[in-house]
Amino acid sequence: MTASVPTFSGYGLGLRKEHYRDFLETDVAVDFVEVISENFMVDGGRPRDILRRVRERHPVALHGVSMSIGSADSLDRAYLARLRVLVDEIEPLFVSDHLSWSRFEGFNSHDLLPLPYTPEALDVVCANIDLAQDVLGRAMLVENPSSYVTFDGSTMSEWAFIDAMCQRTGCHLLLDVNNIHVSAANHGFDPIAYLDGVPADRVRQIHLAGHSEGVDMLIDTHDRPVPPPVWTLYEHAMARLGPVATMIERDDAIPPLADLLDELATARVLGAVSQRQVAA
Amino acid sequence: MNLAALQRDFRGWLVEGSDDAASRIGAAARPGLAVYQNNYRTQLVACLAETYGHTHAWLGDDAFLAAAITHIDASPPHAWTLDAYPEGFAVTLAGLYPDDGEVAELAALEWALSRAFTAPDAAPMTPGDLAAVDWDTAIIRFTPSLDIIPAATNAAAIWSALAAGETPSTAERLPEPAALVVWRQDFAPSFRTIDAVEEQAIIRCAARQDFTALCGSLIETLGESAGIDRAAALLGQWIGDGLIVGAGPD
Repeated sequence: MTASVPTFSGYGLGLRKEHYRDFLETDVAVDFVEVISENFMVDGGRPRDILRRVRERHPVALHGVSMSIGSADSLDRAYLARLRVLVDEIEPLFVSDHLSWSRFEGFNSHDLLPLPYTPEALDVVCANIDLAQDVLGRAMLVENPSSYVTFDGSTMSEWAFIDAMCQRTGCHLLLDVNNIHVSAANHGFDPIAYLDGVPADRVRQIHLAGHSEGVDMLIDTHDRPVPPPVWTLYEHAMARLGPVATMIERDDAIPPLADLLDELATARVLGAVSQRQVAA
Repeated sequence: MNLAALQRDFRGWLVEGSDDAASRIGAAARPGLAVYQNNYRTQLVACLAETYGHTHAWLGDDAFLAAAITHIDASPPHAWTLDAYPEGFAVTLAGLYPDDGEVAELAALEWALSRAFTAPDAAPMTPGDLAAVDWDTAIIRFTPSLDIIPAATNAAAIWSALAAGETPSTAERLPEPAALVVWRQDFAPSFRTIDAVEEQAIIRCAARQDFTALCGSLIETLGESAGIDRAAALLGQWIGDGLIVGAGPD
């Protein structure tokens, strides 16, 4: 089993191109930045240069969207090899991807598609995580998805699936609190039960984000500020999990950096308060 | 239904909108499946629009969206990176606009520039490096970002006008077929129009022909004096453009 990833309790932001200049030319008050791995798994040019220069200033977490750890036909070895090159160069704080699938039999949806929570899917996911961790030479963080469907064949809850996945592979968790809120609203489960059901000692990072309201369900758009219900859930998470890294993840409608730093300041305050309450 | 069958049906739903596939995925999943199909198609349209911004501007919103839908229906993505998805859109456009050659050429130029943006790094030679080269045996190595694409229309001029925020001129065919050389200079993708002599010279160098042989072929094509002059001019141009990253024996 791969060695455990050390705890890191800082506060960070996702690095987006709209803020490259800020991060390269000013002293941005973050403890780490997270980048989308695939944006930098390129041969050369400006993206790699920017990442190298940002890495000189901040710890970097690599967050992937294309590993497809739920693919029934295993992982793309060329993808893993390319990611390993980036990992070796950047020496990231964390390497993460999603509990989802996007690729199957040569087709790649480039979306984080849902899995049924079955013993067979658990076997597939665990085998793929084992392979990824072997190639990468380190333990991964796996992020809970937001989802819009459930499957008739599912035999366990998402959090029970995640708990078993962590036990079998030694992987860690990236808990997206917004995703829990979105899926809980869409599928009618209790988000507190979810938080209480995942293995707290495996969580290394939290994502905070916003969502939009669709016709019949919440849509995980990551394109607006963290809403009050997600902040409430975050307080509960921090009280249960103890010190873990927290990040504001904005993927669309990117606001000025100052707006995101304001949100991050809120996370710092709520995180500190939750920790003090636990200590008391 | 096992996981492979479910993923095959999910692909059928996303790519073809297959109701049969959706039914097999199951009743519990049915209400939310539309969200995934919308995400899938929206993301691919956005990917094409981002890569082909000037082609989009040239065609207009409706025509570009129609072309994107045609491409998405015919060419589901397969690579691990979304950056690879725009490849081949020029071929789709060539089929849709057989009498408007500038459309596909504009797209081909945008794709070449996109590829150059993330091509492997290589430090270009400077004028100061030339004195140390043994030109009797030297084989010129170009930057790995270099690409050559054919040009039968004024698509390059249309691209330049759109990039400058100007109104592009009417599409027209060039008096003679030419080519565009596309590469990355420092971090900026660049291109310029080249004539048939320069295109052949670049192709010969890329095929590992040494500089002496290149001069010989230019003399054969242009005559002794003009051939030598052109070889010197090309060398100066390529060095100035940052195209040459090495010149040594094979």
